[in-house]
Amino acid sequence: MLDLPEWSGHRAGQHLDVRLTAEDGYRAERSYSIASPPGEPVAITVERLDDGEVSPYLTEELRAGDALELRGPIGGYFVWGPEDGGPLLLVAGGSGVVPLMAMLRHRRAAGSDVPARLLYSSRTLEDVIYRGELDELGAVVVHTLTREQPPGWTGYSRRVDAELLGEVAWPAAQDPRVFVCGPTPFVETVAGTLVELGYPPQRVKTERFGATGGR
Amino acid sequence: MEALDGNAIGGLLQEVFGVELTAAPGVCGSCGARRPVAELAVYLRAPGTVVRCPSCDSVLMTFVEVREVWSVDMRGLSELEL
Repeated sequence: MLDLPEWSGHRAGQHLDVRLTAEDGYRAERSYSIASPPGEPVAITVERLDDGEVSPYLTEELRAGDALELRGPIGGYFVWGPEDGGPLLLVAGGSGVVPLMAMLRHRRAAGSDVPARLLYSSRTLEDVIYRGELDELGAVVVHTLTREQPPGWTGYSRRVDAELLGEVAWPAAQDPRVFVCGPTPFVETVAGTLVELGYPPQRVKTERFGATGGR
Repeated sequence: MEALDGNAIGGLLQEVFGVELTAAPGVCGSCGARRPVAELAVYLRAPGTVVRCPSCDSVLMTFVEVREVWSVDMRGLSELEL
């Protein structure tokens, strides 16, 4: 949670850049999606990467009350508000769920009746972020666990493919708004498959993040 | 090297141009493909930042920062709608 006196307010789906400067002047900068909905204090979700330059500091060194150099809010493409309509199809790979969570929280806070589905791919159940809250959003949330499933798991247990998307995604004829966020190969597979299923490319908005650093 | 997309340079573009540009349509000077900046291929780990056309792979923009001064080359774009 960040206390930002000069924050101009953000939209669901936007991110911010965090810049760290070492004593010798070396700088590292990473982007983090904003997890909180518009109108609420800015919160980011940081996944710690063992070989990261920024995330180990943010997750281990940073203490409440410390100051951070930030830039944002950023982005006018990967954003959604209730006025944009739906139905809404959100597809997340790993921590790509963060900006989509801001959209779902915004939808709930605004009392929007836009139908929403989230397809969320994680490696294991332990990797699922916001596990408890996801069930309380008034959206259909479909999980797939690609690496390991707990005993008795009844959800999907494979990588997102055409068959899975065909079962979960709204029919293209309903003109859904789509947001896909995750690692680059995940995003390319999902977006390409949705276009094959008849979704117009301009309706499928994408945001890619790398394996090291960034969203 | 794996490409990210134009969302990743939203902050950089805001710093250089003073406005939000990820939703702004750009046109590739080589193949004419037109798409929002957010959909362009972005390589952050090159020396500097390199933006390529996802259709034909041409270099559209490069950004290099030296001592807090940005050097920007946009010759690969034939159009950028602000």
